[in-house]
Amino acid sequence: MSIQPGTEGSAPVGAELGAPAQTPPSPDKGMFGVKGTGDVSGFGRLTRPRPAAFDSPRPYGGYFDDVYDALEEAYPALSEAIEKVVVDRAELTLHVRAEHIVEVCQVMRDDAALRFELCSSVDAVDYLGSDERRFHIAYQLTSMTYRRRVRLEVAVADGVTVPSVTGVYPTADWQEREIYDMFGVVFPGHPNLTRILMPDDWEGHPQRKDYPLGGVPVEYKGAEIPPPDQRRVYQ
Amino acid sequence: MTTSEYASERETTEGRVFTVTGGDWDSLTASVDPLSNEKIVVNMGPQHPSTHGVLRLVLELDGETVTECRPVVGYLHTGIEKNLEYRNWTQGVTFVTRMDYLSNMSNEVAYCLAVEKLLGVTDQITERTNTIRVMFMELQRIASHLVWLATTGMELGAISMMLYGFREREYILDIFEETSGLRMNNGYIRPGGLAQDLPESAVKKIRDFLKYLPKKLKEYEAMLSGQVIWQQRTQGVAVLDVTGCLALGITGPVLRSAGLPWDLRKTMPYCGYEDYEFDVPTATTGDVWGRYLVRVAEIRESLKIVEQALDRLRPGPIWIEDKKIAWPSQLALGLDGLGNSLEHVAKIMGQSMESLIHHFKLVTEGFRVPPGQVYVAIEHPRGELGVHAVSDGGTHPYRVHYREPSFVNLQAIPAMAEGALLADVIAGGASLDPVMGGCDR
Repeated sequence: MSIQPGTEGSAPVGAELGAPAQTPPSPDKGMFGVKGTGDVSGFGRLTRPRPAAFDSPRPYGGYFDDVYDALEEAYPALSEAIEKVVVDRAELTLHVRAEHIVEVCQVMRDDAALRFELCSSVDAVDYLGSDERRFHIAYQLTSMTYRRRVRLEVAVADGVTVPSVTGVYPTADWQEREIYDMFGVVFPGHPNLTRILMPDDWEGHPQRKDYPLGGVPVEYKGAEIPPPDQRRVYQ
Repeated sequence: MTTSEYASERETTEGRVFTVTGGDWDSLTASVDPLSNEKIVVNMGPQHPSTHGVLRLVLELDGETVTECRPVVGYLHTGIEKNLEYRNWTQGVTFVTRMDYLSNMSNEVAYCLAVEKLLGVTDQITERTNTIRVMFMELQRIASHLVWLATTGMELGAISMMLYGFREREYILDIFEETSGLRMNNGYIRPGGLAQDLPESAVKKIRDFLKYLPKKLKEYEAMLSGQVIWQQRTQGVAVLDVTGCLALGITGPVLRSAGLPWDLRKTMPYCGYEDYEFDVPTATTGDVWGRYLVRVAEIRESLKIVEQALDRLRPGPIWIEDKKIAWPSQLALGLDGLGNSLEHVAKIMGQSMESLIHHFKLVTEGFRVPPGQVYVAIEHPRGELGVHAVSDGGTHPYRVHYREPSFVNLQAIPAMAEGALLADVIAGGASLDPVMGGCDR
């Protein structure tokens, strides 16, 4: 299993007790008797732990400085709202504290020097094992006036809520529902936070890293598809 | 037989004739009075021919007027994003191409652009590959818009448009088959290059198609644009202005039909779109009619781009030079589909052990991608298609999220439908051009 750096070989556990996709106990051997990664070259052992995103130093380059300065001017409490600023691969990421996300979005949308009219995408990533606050919600904002993109990122631990931005960007409605459905992050202030892609009575949140893929007993007698990490795989 | 008040009788030479008149509807409605004010909830879908796949709309009706509309999605959820995390970066193409099954090439290009940006090799993609990618994305846009024209025509009563639209699309699928071996779900665009080079026979087919389609387009416009039924079913129906579009995150032809010329090919170019000459068609009506005009005009613009791409196509490599990323084998299209070329098999099996090891490692394990995250967006036939890809430094994606225009655009259905007639829900929904495979992923 490659999904958890540092815990190689550990079997995935179900998201919650009684979850339909809970992995049944299975032997360590894969379908073809391969142990571990099946890698004999040795290079496969070179695991690179995901480095924490570091604060980027000023100047950020490009329009990023303009965006940051304009935001600072329009939103004086910025220093306590922002945890860090990361510039990577020509993309600007502002790590925002959860309780400030709605205010920051409001300023980003309305300020004349920012004008991020469109919230392109809202989605989440589960950094289980590498960050205490495992769920990172990413808001991809687009300024059509200035043709700029900025990403806001909010990190929360399991069970911690993130205020809904649907009041500022109504388009976040279904996308926050999807995050709730797939990760179980709750957005207070959302008009109708229900499951959207999975059935209403589904247990567990499938996109969590500790929710296994496959291994679900199917209806045919005795048939079961092993989870992919139990099949033959080269990692 | 007794004489009824609803059937007067008279004698004729042919015998007795009854003239039956209508029922007394006043007395009829009076007898069911408790129900006459009740609103009806209609469940439209998920299996309904005009919901483009498996979309379910729960409609509350007051007579024929929709008072509330609640879209229900998720019937086609196949967990593609989760599956991607268990495959290597190259294998991901096979999954993403199946999301929006009417625009496979666009899905693949967006994914590959994201992987290439994570790898930091965006500017190493060869000229020829970029040209072919642009050409195929535009052919895909034409195919997708033709299907939109076909299905929308069918839903609004122009069945012949359905037959014509699907017929012309088949020419494009033939081109794809000639190149990748598959009509749909091609898996043709790969991180770092293309599965195989564009054959000469496909170039000829594209040239023929460029001559063929404009004539046909004129016919379809002649058939639809002047037709009164088509006009009445589309004009002033399902209006959404720019403010509404931006609030709901609607992009693509729907936004352009409201008057905002926002097209990522122009505003944030990728794959060298800045070097092509084309216009961004817009309308100002913001209704289904405007979306029809915009899409037909976009087909013409796409034809222009395809022609320019063909003209600038020069022989050259299709894979990037970095052998740690480039697919080791020269794939070739045989009678039984796409596979390793015989020369390559002969080399790795008979001549070079190192080549075999290299091939084996790259094909089974895949390449490693430096940790980080990117968001890449392209102009999909339906709007902004965004890929948020995260790598932890391994050979598999850590997380890939698709910002699907179908998913986001469907949120506009209540805004378009509520207060309108039931029949206009069909027209409005169709004008968004949702593909449920993309919406539910």
